[in-house]
Amino acid sequence: MRKVTFPHVGESYRTFKMLLNDLGNEVILPPRPSRRTLNLGVQHVPEFACLPLKILMGTYLETLERGANVIVTSGGVGPCRAGLYAEVHKKVLHDMGYQVEMIVFEPPRLHPINFIRNVHKLNPARLSIKAIIECIKRAWRKLQALDNVEKATHVIRPKEIRQGDTSRTYKKVLEWIDSAYTMDEIVEAEKAALEELHNIPQDPERMILKVGIVGEIYVLLEPASNLEIEEMLGNMGVEVERSMFLTGWTRDNTWKETVQGMTVKEAAEPYLPELIGGHGRDSIGNTVLYAKRNFDGVIQLAPFTCIPEIVARTILTSVSKDYNIPVLTFFLDEQTGKAGMATRLEAFVDLMKRKKTKIKQNKLLPASSF
Amino acid sequence: MTHIGIPSSLFYYVYFPMWKVFFEELKNVKVVTSGETTREILDKGVSEALADACVPVKVFFGHVLTLRNKVDYLFIPRIVCLNRKTVYCPKFLGLPDMIRYGLSDMPPIIDVRIDTRKMRSAVYRAFNTVGQILQAKKQNILRAYLKARLAQFKFKRLLRRGWQPPEAMAAVLNGRKSNLPADPPGQLRFAVVGYPYIIHDRYISVDVINKLRRMGVSVVTSDNPPPLALRMQRYDCGKILFWTFSDRTLRAAHYFAKQGKVDGIIHLTAFGCGPDSIVDRFIQYNSSSHHIPFMSLSIDEHSGEAGVSTRLEAFVDMVRRKKGEKMNA
Ligand code: SF4
Ligand code: SF4
Repeated sequence: MRKVTFPHVGESYRTFKMLLNDLGNEVILPPRPSRRTLNLGVQHVPEFACLPLKILMGTYLETLERGANVIVTSGGVGPCRAGLYAEVHKKVLHDMGYQVEMIVFEPPRLHPINFIRNVHKLNPARLSIKAIIECIKRAWRKLQALDNVEKATHVIRPKEIRQGDTSRTYKKVLEWIDSAYTMDEIVEAEKAALEELHNIPQDPERMILKVGIVGEIYVLLEPASNLEIEEMLGNMGVEVERSMFLTGWTRDNTWKETVQGMTVKEAAEPYLPELIGGHGRDSIGNTVLYAKRNFDGVIQLAPFTCIPEIVARTILTSVSKDYNIPVLTFFLDEQTGKAGMATRLEAFVDLMKRKKTKIKQNKLLPASSF
Repeated sequence: MTHIGIPSSLFYYVYFPMWKVFFEELKNVKVVTSGETTREILDKGVSEALADACVPVKVFFGHVLTLRNKVDYLFIPRIVCLNRKTVYCPKFLGLPDMIRYGLSDMPPIIDVRIDTRKMRSAVYRAFNTVGQILQAKKQNILRAYLKARLAQFKFKRLLRRGWQPPEAMAAVLNGRKSNLPADPPGQLRFAVVGYPYIIHDRYISVDVINKLRRMGVSVVTSDNPPPLALRMQRYDCGKILFWTFSDRTLRAAHYFAKQGKVDGIIHLTAFGCGPDSIVDRFIQYNSSSHHIPFMSLSIDEHSGEAGVSTRLEAFVDMVRRKKGEKMNA
C-alpha cells in the first residue's frame, strides 16, 4: 500500500492532508519538527547544508519510521540549493536502504508535463480533471484561511490582556478550519475563527511596536524552525508583519498609499539590481518598504550559511543606515537556543522603544522621511 | 594615469590575464593588484565582512580593503553567466553590491554585468562599456580586447598542459617560461578539486598543492582538464548544479575518477560555503563507486599548517600503501 507524506511547513499540512486524501491517497502526517527531528537530520546530511535541508531530512526519516513510502515535495530551479534538496534527500535515503518514491513538483509553468504526470501518480482515486481542479481550489481556499487566521494572531497577540490567550484560541480555531471540508464550511470556519480571535480581551492603549519579518522562506513559514519568534515577539508587545506566506505576499491597502505602489523589486533595485536566487532581493526590498511604512524595526531570519541572505545581510547594513531603521538578523542552526534569542530580542525591543519615544517627542525623524 | 584595482581573489585566478592585458592596452591605465593573500589581508577581511560569510568572500573583502586608498576604480564585474547554462554562486552575483554597501569609503566600482544567456556578444559588450568608462577610443578598445583574448587563450593552453593558474599567469604575463618537470614513473598522482580561488590561494589553502608536491605527489587540479571534455562529462545527480564553479568541480571530480589516472582525489572546501556541502557529498559518492581514495579537506580562517600537514601525510601514506598492495597482488 502506498503511504504518502510531505514536508511540514507551518500549519499547511492541514490542507495538504485534505487534498491528498481527496485524491485517494493514504497520508502519513509529518510531525511538527522537534529537537529529535533536527538531530536525526543532522546525522545524515553534510554539516554545512542549510537548516531546511536538515529539518526536512529529519522529517522524512520520522515519517518513514511510521510507514510512509512516497514523499511529495517541491523542486524548483534555483539558482539556490533548495532546487537540489530533493536530489540530495533521494540519494541519502536510497543509500540508507529505504525504498522510497520521491515525487518532485517542479514549477508547473516551466515543466507542465512533469506536473501532469505527478498529479496522475497521486490520483489513485482517478478523479476527473474537473474534480481535481475543484479539489485544488478548495485546498487553496483552506490555505488562505489558515494564513489569514495566523495573520490575525500577529496583530492581536501583542495587545492581549491575559498572556497566552491568543495562542490558546489560535490552537482551538485551527481545529475548526481543519475539520471544515466544503467550500462553504471553510469560509464559515474562517469567519468564526477570526471573530473568536478578535473577541480576545485586548488593551487598545498599549504602545505597540511594529516589526517586519524578512528572510528565507522556509524558516519564515515554519515556526518550529525559528523557535516561534513571532510568538515571542508578540508576548513582548510587538506586532509582526511577515513578508511571506504560502498563499502570497501581504497585500495591505495601506501600503499602496504610503509607498506609492512600489514593488519589492523596485524597492530593492538601488541596492541590489540582480536577482541572486533564494529570497535575497526580497529581503532587501521588503526592508525598504517597511522603512517607508514607518515600521519600528526589521528582523531578518535565515538559515546558517544561507547564501542569498548573507548577501542581503551585508547590504542591509547600508539600508539600515540610510533609512535609520534597526535591523536584527538571526542565522539559525541546530545550536540556536531560545534563551539566547530572547535576550537579543529584548535588547532589540528596548532599542526600538527608545527610538519610538524620541520620535514621538519630535526629537528624531521617522524612517519614512529618509 | 588611471589606476584600476583588481583584487587578487575569486575571479582573479580565472580571468586575470585577460583583464590585465585589456586594461594595460588602453592608454594611461595602470592595473594595481592586492597581491597574494597574507595574514593581514585575511584579518582585515574577517573583521569587516559578515561573520557568517564564507572564507573566500572574507578574503575578497580583505583584498578590496587593501586597495581602498590606492586606486581610482575597483574592477568588480558582475559576472552572472558565461556559458549560457550555469550561473555563478549568489555571492558572485551580489559581489559589487556587497562591497559597495557593506564597506565604507570605497572608490567607484566598475561593475559591468556579463550574462551570455541574453546575448552571445555580452563579453565584448562588457569590455566595450568598461573602455568607454575609461574614455578610450573605439579602435583602442577593440585592439585591447583582441589582445586580451589572445592572452587568455595562451593562459588556458598552459592550463590544459598541466600548469596551475599562478604559474601559467606568470608565464603569460611576464614571459617567465619554465618547463614542467616530467613525472618520475611510479610516482603518486592526485587530483585536487575545488574552486580555483581556494585551491590556488596559497595562503588559505595552506599551500596544499606544493605540500603534496614536496611529498612526492604530482598534482592535477580541476583547472587542468580540457574544457570540452569537462563539458561532456556527465554526472548523475538528477539535475545539473546551478552554479558554474560547483558544476565544474563536480565534473572535474567525475572526469578524474572515470579516467582512472589518479591515485587519489582531494576536495578542498571552504568553511561556510553553501554550495560545497552538496558538491562534497556527490563527489564522495562518486569516488567511492570508482574505488578511488577520497579526502575532503575543509579550509577555514584558522586552519593551521600543522593540522593540514598531518592529515595530508596520513592520506598520502594510506594511498601509497594501498597502491603497493595492489602492485604486489
Ligand atoms: S536560500 Fe538559503 S536556505 Fe534556501 S537553499 Fe538557498 S542557501 Fe539554502
Ligand atoms: S561558491 Fe562557496 S566559497 Fe564560493 S563564494 Fe559561493 S559560498 Fe563562497
